Amino acid sequence: MKRYLFPGALVVLALVYPLLVAGSPVWERLGALVLLGAIGASAWNIVGGYAGQVSVGHSVFFGFGAYSAVVVYTHLGWPPIAGAPLGMVLSVLLAAIIGVPTLRLAGHYFSMATIAVAELVRVLSSTSEFLGGAQGLGGPAMPRTVFDLSFISATPFYYIFLAVLAFLLGLTWWIERGRMGFYLRAIKDSERAARSLGVSSGRYKLYAYMLSGAFTSLAGSLYLCMFGFVDPESGFGILISVKMVVMAALGGAGVLFGPLVGALILVPLEELSNSYLGGRGAGLTFVVYGAIIVIIARFLPSGLLSLFERRPARPPAAKNQPASGHAD
Amino acid sequence: MSITLVQVIVSGLLLGAVYALFSSGLTLIWGMMNVVNFAHGDFVMLGMYAAVMIWTALGGGPFAAVPVAAMLIATLGIVSYFLLVRHIMRGPMLAQILGTFGLALFLRYSAFWYFGADFKTLPDTIVGGSFVLGGVRFEGSRVLAGGMGLAITLALHLILTRTAIGSRMLAVSEDATAAQLMGIRPQRMQALAWAMAGAATGIAGALIANFFYTSPTVGETLAIIAFVTVSFGGFGSVLGALVAGLIIGVVESLSAYLIGPVYKDVVVYILFVLVLWFRPQGLMGKA
Repeated sequence: MKRYLFPGALVVLALVYPLLVAGSPVWERLGALVLLGAIGASAWNIVGGYAGQVSVGHSVFFGFGAYSAVVVYTHLGWPPIAGAPLGMVLSVLLAAIIGVPTLRLAGHYFSMATIAVAELVRVLSSTSEFLGGAQGLGGPAMPRTVFDLSFISATPFYYIFLAVLAFLLGLTWWIERGRMGFYLRAIKDSERAARSLGVSSGRYKLYAYMLSGAFTSLAGSLYLCMFGFVDPESGFGILISVKMVVMAALGGAGVLFGPLVGALILVPLEELSNSYLGGRGAGLTFVVYGAIIVIIARFLPSGLLSLFERRPARPPAAKNQPASGHAD
Repeated sequence: MSITLVQVIVSGLLLGAVYALFSSGLTLIWGMMNVVNFAHGDFVMLGMYAAVMIWTALGGGPFAAVPVAAMLIATLGIVSYFLLVRHIMRGPMLAQILGTFGLALFLRYSAFWYFGADFKTLPDTIVGGSFVLGGVRFEGSRVLAGGMGLAITLALHLILTRTAIGSRMLAVSEDATAAQLMGIRPQRMQALAWAMAGAATGIAGALIANFFYTSPTVGETLAIIAFVTVSFGGFGSVLGALVAGLIIGVVESLSAYLIGPVYKDVVVYILFVLVLWFRPQGLMGKA
């Protein structure tokens, strides 16, 4: 009974948070933004954390989601959220197109290839009239029906994002416990060993990449519904990808709640520095981001949550053996 | 072949020699330590700002800027090696990528915060003049950059392949433990590689600042060019980087001329993806 107390309290807190801060638009907005950041980072976590394929170009999927939502509004007059399934389908296809050649690449090469693809799409989108060029496109200025999701308060978005995040984390948990989770962890540890044990590594990496792409795209569509605007930089820019990676890595990549913990720290930090430092703060925010990333990589490569992990007790014999190679 | 086309190819080659110079820094570190410096483009960017600062604050031209930028970025390389890279090298893949990527963000946005977001250009009168040879026009600043880029890249290649210190570095890159048993200190050699890479990168930055726009985010574009050059030329090969840099310079200026300036990066990125797809070991690299 006791072990459910703390998680239960957190779930209740997440559910009643908007009521606690009701009347304060800044805090309502902050809650929604944390959840949106956590959705993107958790989606990245599937391929970047569990499968260990560090994509630094996930903004491709985010942008596809955001642009799909705004394009169905601009060109068809539909409510933006109707573009979300379209974005997800397109992202799965795109993930297959990018993933088949690039997932064969090891480590660094895969990261570089994803950066190049994202940059390619960003440059192309800024030359496309259909996508509004460098100016970008805006969603409905005035809500026509409730499906346009134009709310004055951020609280409805909070609950929508919470539901999506809960679904995504549930799905990730289910994958983690199942056959695919074992395969992904095996691939992350040693792809060669996994292959030699009969794991078709290419296929499972691709599944993870497609799933991750679909949910990143959903995050993009939700972003558009809340902000009502997207341009090449806020859709496909490299900082979008970077934020997903950093949130996941800070909390713990390949850990179920890692991205959420990262978002809980980084999103308020970013909002704070943006509002207190003004226009120039945008630069300083990312100076801080950069410093945090370097510090995680240097001192805490497994993320914050690894600090709370129970380490397996060391076999006592290991202490008496001389450390190999350093017997001086 | 029309004279315009020759002009386009010549300016592509001159630019390509500078690409080769800063890419040789990336390939050196990559080949020696199997570490990709994602902050490489931002090292070039800082070299460019060094040249801009030396001109605006002191009125110094490239002959002052080149040695200063070389020393500054070489120092930055050594510091990055000892404080960061040395520690993350043996860590998990995510930590390796994040480490230099975080450094990139840190440098890029420090520049953004300090210098502002606007593009800075140096007046073309610093390296004044141009001359016409066989109907092709040569601008002083580009000829200087191309010539020095070619000379320094070749010098770097010769140092690595023909001198004792080069052999020691090669020994460390092949087997650090074996090299240590032969009395070579791996960390010292690796720090030297970072210093040499930094110097080459700083020089390249100071040279292109004379005819390229300088902005905090220019490093992102230049980093991708360096990735493309290195994957074309084969990881660790300076000579490969030289050939690949020249090819990419020409491809860029040809596509800017034939398709349109917006598409010059697009063509290079597509080439990159194609190379990674068909020959991940590089066009000239060994399998």
